[in-house]
Amino acid sequence: MALRTVFSRRTLASLRSGLSSSVTPTGTRSLVTFSLPDLPYDYGALEPAISGEIMQLHHQKHHQTYVTNYNKALEQLEEASNKGDAPAVVKLQSAIKFNGGGHINHSIFWQNLAPVHEGGGEPPKGSLGWAIDEHFGSLEALVSKMNAEGAALQGSGWVWLGLDKELKKLVVDTTPNQDPLVTKGPLIPLIGIDVWEHAYYLQYKNVRPDYLKNIWKVISWKNASKVYEKECP
Amino acid sequence: METVATASLPCALFPRRGKGSPAAGGLASTRRFPYNESKRKCGAGKIAAKFELKPPPYSLDALEPHISQETMSYHWGKHHRGYVEGLNNQIVGTELESMDLEDIISRTYNKGNILPPFNNAAQIWNHDFFWESMNPKGGGKPSGSLLELIERDFGTFEKFTQRFITAASTQFGSGWVWLAYKANRLDVENAVNPCPSEEDKKLVVVKSPNAVNPLIWDYSPLLTIDVWEHAYCLDFQSRRNDYISTFMEKLVSWEVVSNRLEMAKARAAEREREEERRKQEEEHGSTPGDNEATEMYLDSESDESEAE
Repeated sequence: MALRTVFSRRTLASLRSGLSSSVTPTGTRSLVTFSLPDLPYDYGALEPAISGEIMQLHHQKHHQTYVTNYNKALEQLEEASNKGDAPAVVKLQSAIKFNGGGHINHSIFWQNLAPVHEGGGEPPKGSLGWAIDEHFGSLEALVSKMNAEGAALQGSGWVWLGLDKELKKLVVDTTPNQDPLVTKGPLIPLIGIDVWEHAYYLQYKNVRPDYLKNIWKVISWKNASKVYEKECP
Repeated sequence: METVATASLPCALFPRRGKGSPAAGGLASTRRFPYNESKRKCGAGKIAAKFELKPPPYSLDALEPHISQETMSYHWGKHHRGYVEGLNNQIVGTELESMDLEDIISRTYNKGNILPPFNNAAQIWNHDFFWESMNPKGGGKPSGSLLELIERDFGTFEKFTQRFITAASTQFGSGWVWLAYKANRLDVENAVNPCPSEEDKKLVVVKSPNAVNPLIWDYSPLLTIDVWEHAYCLDFQSRRNDYISTFMEKLVSWEVVSNRLEMAKARAAEREREEERRKQEEEHGSTPGDNEATEMYLDSESDESEAE
C-alpha cells in the first residue's frame, strides 16, 4: 500500500508550473497533484477582446473546478489501483480525461493569450511566420480556417493550431469537450482557442463568430513561436 | 362518422400522424412520437412547408427568478430560433422537406453516421420538449402512477432525484439528461424475449451529448433538462449544480411528465397488440390487412366502396 506524506496535497514547487510532487524519507513517491496556475496578467488585461468578468470566472471557477476534480479523480485512481479494483479504475477514466484535459487545455490557453501591450495580437515572425505562410498561404487564411472550424464545432470543444512533431507540419484541428490535442495524434499545441460557451457567452452571447474574430487581438504568437522553435530549431 | 376509407385509401398503410395521442386515431403509428403536434403551416394536402419556432407555454419572464427573461430571450429567441431557421435552410429542395420532424431526426441520425441537418432537427425537438417540461409553478413531487413507477424503478423519489441530478452534473460537455420510458423491442428478427415481464418496460435516467436525444434509441422521453452552458451560464455562471437543483425543486412540471408517461404506456401497449397481430398473422397465414380492407368495403358508405 502506498505511503502518503502530509505534503502530497500542497504545492511545494513554483505556483506557475501548477505541478507538485514530493518524496517521503523512505523514498516512496506520493501522489502527484496539481494546482491552479496563476495568470501572467490581470483579469482585465485582455479587454475589450475578453472581458475581465469572463477571465475571472473562467480562471477562478471553471479551471479551478477542473483542477480540484482532477486531483480527486487521481486520488481515487490511486486507491483503486492499489486495491486492484479494476472496475473502479476503468470507471474513473472519463473523469480523469475530462478534468485532466480541462486542466491541460486551460493551462495552455492562459499562456497563449497576452495583453496588447505585451505583444498580444502581434503577427508571428521568424520560422513560425514562414511556416504559416508556407502551409496556409497567409496568416489571414490560417485565422479564417480556424475561425470557420471553431464556429462549426457542435457543442463544446477547442480549436487548435498544432504541430505534427513527426511530419514537422502545421495542422488545424478541433477536439470535443476537454479532449487535449494529443488525443488526435502526435500533435503539439501551438494555439488553442476555447469554444465552450463559458469562454465567451457572458460577453458575446450566442455570437461565437464575434468572439473568434476578436480573440486574435490577444493571441500570443510570441508564445506559439517559442513552442514551435523548441520543436523545430 | 368518419370512416377509414375516407382518409384516402392509398395512405392506409402509412397513416398520417393525427393531432393528439395515438389513442385518438385507429391507425396512428406506434412508431411515431405523438408529443409534438405538427408545427408546420399545412395546406389541405401534404405540402412541403417550413418549420416554425413554437413559443414556450408561458411568457419569457414567467420562469423568473429561477430562469431570467434575459436567458429565455437568448435561449429561445436566438438559439432555438437559430435551429429552426438553420433546418429550414438545410432541407429546402431535399426529400426531408416533406417529412415530419421526428422522421427527419431518425433519417439524419443515420444510425450514428450523423448527417448535417440532425443537429438542427434534434435541437428543435429537444427545446420544444424542454420548454414544455417546465412550469412557472413547477417542482414538488409527482403522484399517481408516475410516482408508483418511479418508486418501483428507483426505490424512492429522492433516490430518483439524486440519480437525475448526478447524471446532469456528470454529462461532460454539452448535452441533455432525460427521464425516459424504455419499452423498446429487440430489433432483430428472431430475437425473442424468453421471460417477458412488466419490468421490461421501465423508467430510466439517461444522458446524451450535444443534440442527441432518446428518440434515436427508441425510448419515450418523459422529462429533460438542458445542460448546454447557454441554458444556465447567464443566471448561474459556472454553478451547474445550483441550476439543476433549482430546476428539480421549482420548475419541473410533473403534470406534463405524467401525461407523457400515459401516452408512452399507451404506445407500448399498442405496439404489443401490433406484435400479437403480426404473430397471429404468421401463424395462421392470413393478412389482417385484407380483412380490414374487406370490412371497410362492407361498412363504408362512401363512394369508394365496391360493396354494391
